[in-house]
Amino acid sequence: MGITFRKETFRDDFTFKNSPEHIRRFPFPFHEDSYMYAVNIEPHVVGPKGSVLENLIDVDEHYVAEMQDRALVLAEDPLRCQSLPHMTLAGWDLLELLMEQQALGYPEHFTLARDGDRWRWINRPLGIDDTFTFGDTSTLPYGPMEYITRQSQGDFCILDQRDGNLWMDAGMVTTQADWSLDFDIGMNFFEWHAPVPLAHEKGIFTRALKFLTNIQQGKPARRLNWTMTINPRLDTSPENYHKWGPDRTTVTPENVGDKVHLRVELQSFWRLPRSNGIVFPIRCYLIKMDELVTQPKWARRLHRVIRDLPEELATYKGLTRYRPTLVEWLSKLDDGSATSPGFGPD
Amino acid sequence: MSTGTTRLDVVVSDVVPVNELVTRFHFRRRDGELLPTFSGGAHVVVEMRDGERTRLNPYSLMGSPLDTREYTISVRRDDVGRGGSLFMHRSVKPGLEMVISYPVNLFSLDLRAKKHLMLAGGIGITPFMAQTAQLAGEGGNFELHYTCRTASLGTYADVLRERYDRRIRLYHDDLDERIDLDRLLSTQPLGTHLYVCGPAGMINWVRDRAADLGWPSEAVHFEHFAAPQPGLPFDVTLAVSGKTIRVDEQQSLLEAIEAAGVDPPYLCRGGVCGQCETNVISYDGKFIHNDHWLSEEDHRSGCKIMPCVSRFEGKSLVLER
Ligand code: FES
Repeated sequence: MGITFRKETFRDDFTFKNSPEHIRRFPFPFHEDSYMYAVNIEPHVVGPKGSVLENLIDVDEHYVAEMQDRALVLAEDPLRCQSLPHMTLAGWDLLELLMEQQALGYPEHFTLARDGDRWRWINRPLGIDDTFTFGDTSTLPYGPMEYITRQSQGDFCILDQRDGNLWMDAGMVTTQADWSLDFDIGMNFFEWHAPVPLAHEKGIFTRALKFLTNIQQGKPARRLNWTMTINPRLDTSPENYHKWGPDRTTVTPENVGDKVHLRVELQSFWRLPRSNGIVFPIRCYLIKMDELVTQPKWARRLHRVIRDLPEELATYKGLTRYRPTLVEWLSKLDDGSATSPGFGPD
Repeated sequence: MSTGTTRLDVVVSDVVPVNELVTRFHFRRRDGELLPTFSGGAHVVVEMRDGERTRLNPYSLMGSPLDTREYTISVRRDDVGRGGSLFMHRSVKPGLEMVISYPVNLFSLDLRAKKHLMLAGGIGITPFMAQTAQLAGEGGNFELHYTCRTASLGTYADVLRERYDRRIRLYHDDLDERIDLDRLLSTQPLGTHLYVCGPAGMINWVRDRAADLGWPSEAVHFEHFAAPQPGLPFDVTLAVSGKTIRVDEQQSLLEAIEAAGVDPPYLCRGGVCGQCETNVISYDGKFIHNDHWLSEEDHRSGCKIMPCVSRFEGKSLVLER
């Protein structure tokens, strides 16, 4: 039984929605009633059936629509996808990883057949059936990274490891929360993290870098991050700030449930075998408040988290303008009872 | 790609004597699948069940990364070492089932390089076997200078000459042939990266000359096989796990900690990756730091130790493990 892919948009008329099963599998990021910034990295291993961790690379009902949205972003702004010349090998690594994982997790939708270097890739949801020579860029319509990430949900940063640091030297970034690949390309780990507040004690980043540079082949890691977005927009890039920034002034008590979305990023980290690079897939999940509060535990807890969030963090996450309206709306769903530990709905 | 494991179940598929000191070992996966892809310069840690004791030694993968039906390593026999290489030479036979780690690369090619200049000494040739195979497959620009004691100890020199012809330069100590390092380093095109693997003396010589001649340190890469050295036995208290253990002469501190049932992190077991770094809580005695990871300040401070290669002499040592 395959996935039923939704027809929906992430712009203009914003028809994006989660089905009831997808609401239940949403990766709700708060395991307790408060939130504090932490590195919170754990091994990226397969999780429970029916969760977004059932496969290490998740494909869901939004796949086809997200890939169409990506194509629109790229048509307007090709710089969302860049790869410095020495990163081509890492692109092949990523192509192999994503094809293998998607074919493994969703055999009814994807098939990878290899005969030495001759590979055949069938992507049924997007109607693709290509045969190419692994390692020979001239046999694909795009470079290997662009080819496969036009067919994979989430953003991808490929990092080169050298001089004890990581360098953002390639990526496909079209569904980001307010940062820009074009700005960060070629920067090292400390340079691209420079703007994060409350994590300024350098210690956090030094430890995180040490962890990441030691990521081993066959042992990926992951972490969750979150923010909020008004309207189900995948592309909230600095380049398009003029489109999404003003949305934040449009939240009213009447439209909170429909307009305010929790945006959760599942970030994973993988060592790439041929290039020894690291790939950092950032998979974005959106859920509107009306959908989220169908799970009473999440409604109560989100109310407490947002209400008690330190001011600097609220500002960093861009919630300031509509936080009072949101907290007021959520408070009506918080009966004050205890929430059970852990992320899942009751 | 499997997850949650860093180990591979393999069987020794061949054991080939290469010369009077070096033997090559071939591994295949027990389940018949392909081994994981790797990159030139990667090593695996081989687990040796030697009676009561488990030894874990790192060895560079020397096959082509383009062919992962088998992994190959080459082991130089060290008659005065702690016994790992002797175990490999004496006890490892075709058909033996062994466990090795996933590949880890701490000596990676810098793929931005316009040219790769490689310098090998003795058994330090092994990572370059894989790196040259990788670069040759991609049409990369490389040149390898290889010094060995005598022609008969020039492990794989013939193979390399046959594969790559004039890109390989050989130097034999017994014929008084020596790399003209200053000339070599000062005549390279801009964008060249330098890689050196061999005895500590050679690595230091090359790094120092390169620095003196103005090579940026990011363009100089080295891999040092710092095998743990034997030494006097000593006692250690592990504060977190509440154990007191003895490190005997032929054992490394890391091995003793592992034997006590504590599972500390490691990647290289050679004092270079930083993974095993451990805080010292208190001590009375002197450290014998053999690592290349901690700074001189760290060494002097007595606050940190790398248990994979470093030792201790004295009355008491308490570690945070
Ligand atoms: S294990 Fe690498 S420094 Fe000790």
